[in-house]
Amino acid sequence: MSTRTTAGPERTVAYDDLLTRYEPVLGLEVHVELGTATKMFCGCATGFGAEPNTQTCPVCLGLPGALPVVNRTAVESAIRIGLALNCGIADWCRFARKNYFYPDMPKNFQTSQYDEPIAVDGWLDVEVPPREGPEFLDEEPFTYRVEIERAHMEEDTGKSTHVGGATGRIHGASHSLVDYNRAGIPLIEIVTKPLTGAGERAPDVARAYVGALRDLLRALDVSDVKMEQGSLRCDANVSLMPTGAERFGTRTETKNVNSLRSVERAVRYEMTRHAAVLDAGEAIVQETRHWHEDTGVTTSGRPKSDADDYRYFPEPDLVPVAPTREDVERLRATLPENPADRRRRLQEEWGYSDLEMRDVVNAGAVEVIETTVAAGASPAAARKWWMGELARRAKTAGEGGGAVDLLDLGVTPAHVAELDSLVTGGRLNDSMARQALEGVLAGEGTPTEVADARGLELVQDDGALQAAVDEVIAENADVVEKIRGGKVQAVGALIGQVMKKMRGQADAGRARELILETLGVQG
Amino acid sequence: MSDSTTQAASGAGAADADPTRLTAVEMADRLAAGTLTSVELTQAHLDRIERLDPTVHAFLLVDAEGALATAREVDAARAAGEELPRLAGVPVAVKDIACTQGLTTTAGSRMLEEFVPPYDATIVTRLRDARMPILGKTNMDEFAMGSSTEHSAFGPTRNPWDLERIPGGSGGGSSAAVAAYLAPLAIGSDTGGSIRQPAAVTGTVGTKPTYGAVSRYGIIALASSLDQIGPCARTVADAALLHEVIAGHDPMDSTSVDAPVPDVVGAAGTTDLAGLRVGVVREISGSDQGFQPGVQARFEEALDALRGLGAEVTEVSCPHFAYAMAAYYLILPSEASSNLARYDAMRYGLRVTPDDSPSAEQVMGASRDAGFGDEVKRRIILGTYALSSGYYDAYYGQAQKVRTLIARDFEAAFGQVDVLVSPTAPTTAFRIGDQTEDPMAMYLNDIATIPANLAGVPGMSVPSGTAEEDGLPTGLQILAPAMQDQRLYAVGAALEARLRERQGGYVIEQAPEIEVRA
Repeated sequence: MSTRTTAGPERTVAYDDLLTRYEPVLGLEVHVELGTATKMFCGCATGFGAEPNTQTCPVCLGLPGALPVVNRTAVESAIRIGLALNCGIADWCRFARKNYFYPDMPKNFQTSQYDEPIAVDGWLDVEVPPREGPEFLDEEPFTYRVEIERAHMEEDTGKSTHVGGATGRIHGASHSLVDYNRAGIPLIEIVTKPLTGAGERAPDVARAYVGALRDLLRALDVSDVKMEQGSLRCDANVSLMPTGAERFGTRTETKNVNSLRSVERAVRYEMTRHAAVLDAGEAIVQETRHWHEDTGVTTSGRPKSDADDYRYFPEPDLVPVAPTREDVERLRATLPENPADRRRRLQEEWGYSDLEMRDVVNAGAVEVIETTVAAGASPAAARKWWMGELARRAKTAGEGGGAVDLLDLGVTPAHVAELDSLVTGGRLNDSMARQALEGVLAGEGTPTEVADARGLELVQDDGALQAAVDEVIAENADVVEKIRGGKVQAVGALIGQVMKKMRGQADAGRARELILETLGVQG
Repeated sequence: MSDSTTQAASGAGAADADPTRLTAVEMADRLAAGTLTSVELTQAHLDRIERLDPTVHAFLLVDAEGALATAREVDAARAAGEELPRLAGVPVAVKDIACTQGLTTTAGSRMLEEFVPPYDATIVTRLRDARMPILGKTNMDEFAMGSSTEHSAFGPTRNPWDLERIPGGSGGGSSAAVAAYLAPLAIGSDTGGSIRQPAAVTGTVGTKPTYGAVSRYGIIALASSLDQIGPCARTVADAALLHEVIAGHDPMDSTSVDAPVPDVVGAAGTTDLAGLRVGVVREISGSDQGFQPGVQARFEEALDALRGLGAEVTEVSCPHFAYAMAAYYLILPSEASSNLARYDAMRYGLRVTPDDSPSAEQVMGASRDAGFGDEVKRRIILGTYALSSGYYDAYYGQAQKVRTLIARDFEAAFGQVDVLVSPTAPTTAFRIGDQTEDPMAMYLNDIATIPANLAGVPGMSVPSGTAEEDGLPTGLQILAPAMQDQRLYAVGAALEARLRERQGGYVIEQAPEIEVRA
């Protein structure tokens, strides 16, 4: 009896329970669509979202007689990725044909690399943060070194859409449509060596690795790394072996993992499912699994085994790729600072706590804060604005109340820096600054323009303020009594009334000083 | 060029009456001199095709309108005093393996019976740039798999020397068109001998240039690492002119050689071979290889002629040529099995839809079953097997090692001699149907031509006479080091001139006039 035929949810065991008996081993395969202007082997455009089959030519449609020519920029991107992952770069390597029939693959072979990848044997140090939740308050972040097996170049396939079925999958569909715009887009596949020893943190390590890889690729500027659009795709191989065993268990490969959170959840789910199968004395079926974001489970895809025969052989239509040492060193010189090093440096420069920095990183706000600080704002103010008011707004500013990127709000780092200078220069107080920001978000111009248009300006004239203080003191004899009696904190009620009389346009600190001075009380 | 080298392949009188009897060189000269128009010349060929091709069946498609349109443009341009390429206005036939925009391109297969390419192969673009009217597309063995043109899905082509015999293959359509004066020039493709063997059995000239010398972009692939495009003609000088048009670097073909084209046209004026070192390859020459006596006799005579021209003839050994056939029939099917995978009925080509709501996989299977002939299926199965995991090293891997050894044999031989020679094919043209039931016998036709493809070196077949026993033409194969294609033309031209002197004309002139069949 195979679990593959089981209808409905499959058995799982409690996560904590399985960890007493099994050790997880992970292998992560990440496919990155490169952001090159043209495809891997032809001159077609690569833009996302074009009308189906409008970015095609004889080469990427696999027409009779068409021949591939390697995209030089894609090779350079592959080498830069390899270098950033601390890999060795092959001085001579070839493409191979991976032969199998599928309608979205125009030639019925994928031009890929097989036993001669462009980059091999690297590593990436990954910061794994403490888990969220009250029981993990004492947990420390730790670094896990993910060993990289290889990074190789290949071409993407077309995209099939299955029509007429309930699930959008091929099963039950009446017909299928294929968009070949994606066929031939350059891909880099990055394969890890087996990740062992992560134990209960295995799902977190997987998530942290994909996140770190995404940051690295973004810093390299080789891809837009959008998991939801498929420009970064992760296949998670999971297996369990009895604690203390040396031989890895049978693995499954989970596809359709389209967010960092899904990476963690899918790995966790597969671990609990494997444990249930193994507990029952059954064997894991080596197969492809399909992750369902909505229900949080995987379902069986096609069986896959090492016996899958792709009849690889060197691609005779292409010549070998042979980067010279000079080429490689020239590309090495273009590498950006490692994102993890950069984060450490910035945290120190900005004086953020670990927690503050982690929040900033998780919010994807490192760059925007860096630019804001560069534009003159203090690191504290930059964090306050971007992580506070603006982060809140970004969560709901999208279509239908969805989230948008911070930079899509319509407020620039320069705006925020200007706002900060208006506050520190004494023109605006916090509440006025918030009003000015409101205006910027509404498209009324820069903070200064909004402040001018809305007449936002702290009253600097003590005369007007003193008059308001005198009025409030006269009107609130009972409060004044309390203050004089020693309850200095009651002054807050008077400040509020003074600010009201000033219609907010006063410096609350100065108001407090004047009240206490007038009453002859020490603050 | 002197008058003696531009003589008509037939008497001057006949040429005046019938311009199809001229050599391409003469046609070009007359067009340039204004004594002949391209429309007259093209129309004469179209008339001859109309009269004779129902019998010969060299063409799968005739584009009279397109050819005449080009001819009219050339005539108008010439009348306007425009400077034109040398072969402007000289018609050409193109093997149906080259994609021609808007003109059905079948590769001799049912699978592509209705395939109209949306683009031109690079060599077709070059023919158009050279202002050559394209008469049509010539017949071939399906996907260039065969040595007789009998594997064409659209019926065999007949040898103009004897209509009961094969014109060679896979490019029998191109060689027959040239031999029957249906076209002065034609494009062929040579993966294991498909230009040279047809040239030999039709008494014509055919060159397989150095691998990478001519672009493969737009050529329907058989075996990518072996395929090469080349010229078919009646004379060496004519072949050189067409070679010059199609050769040269193409950025669309990664395997294209980025180097200047050797001066093949200049070399085709050679009359003296003093000091040239000629090697006879022991492994592919001699009656002990099972070569037909008449083929062997003409080969010995050709060696005498070469000596008479001042060449020094010695024997060399290429010991690994013995394994060439075995290696070839692993590498070719392996690459072909992958190259032909794209014919899956999804985007173009024949589609057969089985009943009861079939899956894409079932449509692919049914279409490939109906669209491919037996020889194609045989080689796809062979190649799929050879590439399978567990067999790869023993078959494909081992064949690649043999390939390397063959290339080394060539290197060693070319350390001793300037060119190598052999009979092109072991026999003269055999009868239609004689070998269709015996694939191994068919494969052996290419025993002498295959090594050049495996090593990427250039080769040419020039007529060496006719065999006593059957009166059919025989060919001499000349092989040169890579990128030394001009040597083929030098040796070929000198030998051709010497044989003409001895025999009073080109070998092709001995071909009987074709009897039109009902």
